[in-house]
Amino acid sequence: MEILSSYGSMLVIFAAAVGFLMAWGIGANDVANAMGTSVGSKALTIKQAIIIAMIFEFAGAYLAGGEVTSTIRKGIIDASFYVDQPELLVFGMTAALLAAGMWLIIASYFGWPVSTTHSIVGAIVGFSAVGVGMDSVVWSGVIGIVGSWIITPLISGIIAYFIFMSSQTLIFNTDHPIQNAKRYVPLYMFLAGFILSLVTVKKGLKHIGLHFTSNESLLLAIAIGVAIAVVGKIFINRIKIDPLADKDMHFANVEKIFAVLMIVTACAMAFAHGSNDVANAIGPLAAVVSIVEHDGEIVKKAVLAWWILPLGGIGIVLGLAIFGKRVMATIGQGITHLTPSRGFAAELAAASTVVIASGTGLPISTTQTLVGAVLGVGMARGIAALNLGVVRNIVISWVVTLPIGAGLSIIFFYMLKAVFS
Amino acid sequence: MCAKERYHAPNIAIQANNLDGYQTKTIGSIMPINSIFGVFAKSPIQPIQMHMDKVAACCDLLVPFFEASYKQNWTEAEEVRKEISKLEKEADVLKRELRLTLPKGLFMPIARGDFIELVNRQDKIANTAKDISGRVLGRKLQVPSEITQDFMVYLQRCLDAIKQAQTAINELDELLETGFRGREVDVVTKMIAELAQIEDDTDTLQIRLRRKLLELEQHHNPVDIMFLYKILEWVGQLADHSELIGTQLELILVR
Repeated sequence: MEILSSYGSMLVIFAAAVGFLMAWGIGANDVANAMGTSVGSKALTIKQAIIIAMIFEFAGAYLAGGEVTSTIRKGIIDASFYVDQPELLVFGMTAALLAAGMWLIIASYFGWPVSTTHSIVGAIVGFSAVGVGMDSVVWSGVIGIVGSWIITPLISGIIAYFIFMSSQTLIFNTDHPIQNAKRYVPLYMFLAGFILSLVTVKKGLKHIGLHFTSNESLLLAIAIGVAIAVVGKIFINRIKIDPLADKDMHFANVEKIFAVLMIVTACAMAFAHGSNDVANAIGPLAAVVSIVEHDGEIVKKAVLAWWILPLGGIGIVLGLAIFGKRVMATIGQGITHLTPSRGFAAELAAASTVVIASGTGLPISTTQTLVGAVLGVGMARGIAALNLGVVRNIVISWVVTLPIGAGLSIIFFYMLKAVFS
Repeated sequence: MCAKERYHAPNIAIQANNLDGYQTKTIGSIMPINSIFGVFAKSPIQPIQMHMDKVAACCDLLVPFFEASYKQNWTEAEEVRKEISKLEKEADVLKRELRLTLPKGLFMPIARGDFIELVNRQDKIANTAKDISGRVLGRKLQVPSEITQDFMVYLQRCLDAIKQAQTAINELDELLETGFRGREVDVVTKMIAELAQIEDDTDTLQIRLRRKLLELEQHHNPVDIMFLYKILEWVGQLADHSELIGTQLELILVR
């Protein structure tokens, strides 16, 4: 207790700094995965992608990031074990942040695609299970989270498969693909806007003081969806159909229409990414702040401090503004074989899956979900060639991340404990 | 230093799989920085179309080649033959690069084996064209003037088969766009049927030519005649191999 009262603000500032750096790292690294599909299929320039990412990552983090943050903060470990020794939870959460941040830096240096979600969950489970006791971990919650890591890529793959198939049936395999693209693409835009706003309105707006009934949120989501579709339709009508472009590839003009759709799904992707991944950086911070603010009392129904979500959002935005450009530039050259019609299917499926997971408070990996979606499109014979070897490596690096995150966090936990006691 | 760089230059196309070369400080595996985009491998579709274009361009040269041979202008024929040989070599390089972009562990809408077989069949056409021009030039072999016109019709029809196969191969990117389903499949199926029809024509033309050659053969050098039969057969193989491309494509479509 004395530790918290004498070092409380110092610990908060330290945790905030580490959390901010984490958010910065997520912005710099992960955002490339979220936005790369749009840049790679030439639907957006790098500059446009960064502006979109800045706006929508922040919006996602701020408006819809609350549920996942709460899971990271109190869904993985059983707070009753810490009632007598709240400083251990403060040390542990700070250690988890340090561990995940460190692992992210190491992995980035070697170029391994690791999941920040996996490292933070591994880290929290690690310090709690080893530092405090196996029983202090809510294993049912952890199993649920790990299960969601297997299920979400699967679900997003299946959704992507069907979205892609529907675009084939409605647009590509018809007599007039261009007219049908003009007709149906706004429908997909509606779908993207509808799902995202429904989840956000239902789950996320309490902390900014907005309350809606089910019907109100449904109507609001429909209204937002329609508004997006109408704006999209206006842009689609402004596209110049160039008959010459169809000479080599007679779907060139259809792809131009899909490129407009990809701008919408890119926004959705950035929003979804912000809503889920911001928690990795600020969930542990939120726990630290809550304990210190209440003088060591672990309150069940603590309100998230107002400045925490924006801090994470700003961290992500700064990260992507400073480093994201470089990362995205390399990706932009890499995937020239992903046309907007495929990219849209993958992005829409991934964004919907992630944002629904965010609504239910499940910390999942955005990247993993996107890979699942890409494979789904591949299953529908939509992508020329996918490297299964790389998919395997990604899966391995994710699995390896769990014990490493746990190990690092245990080390940091004992170090912090030694320093402050 | 400079020489080293130059030495590596020809590999660029082959390493295209790994375009996300950003920070390739990798240990063990090749993996771009924290990015999933290594998942996207280089598409083999454009390369196979380029290969087919090269093959078709190579075979088209058989027309000026035989025209030169009628005129007994063997220096010109040799020039054309050199050009044919050059294009055939370029096609070989493309074939090699294409195969290198198809490592095991790729997930493609077309089975890897089917794809490699497709390239092999395309490549056989260019090889045959090279063999034809080589044999004719080597023996300074002349098609008897009585059947020159028929022979040119025959040759042209065989080239039509190649052109038709090329058109079908050029639909591969459209097939990918439509997920190998629906109308586009019908379009390509029709192309393949027409290709089979053309090949049928070449068979009829070949039979007619052989019959005419049989009537003429006693007036000519027997060894030349033997080789002429061989040439007729090889020219026919241009169409045969083209048709095999069609059947291979059909196989890919029904998967």
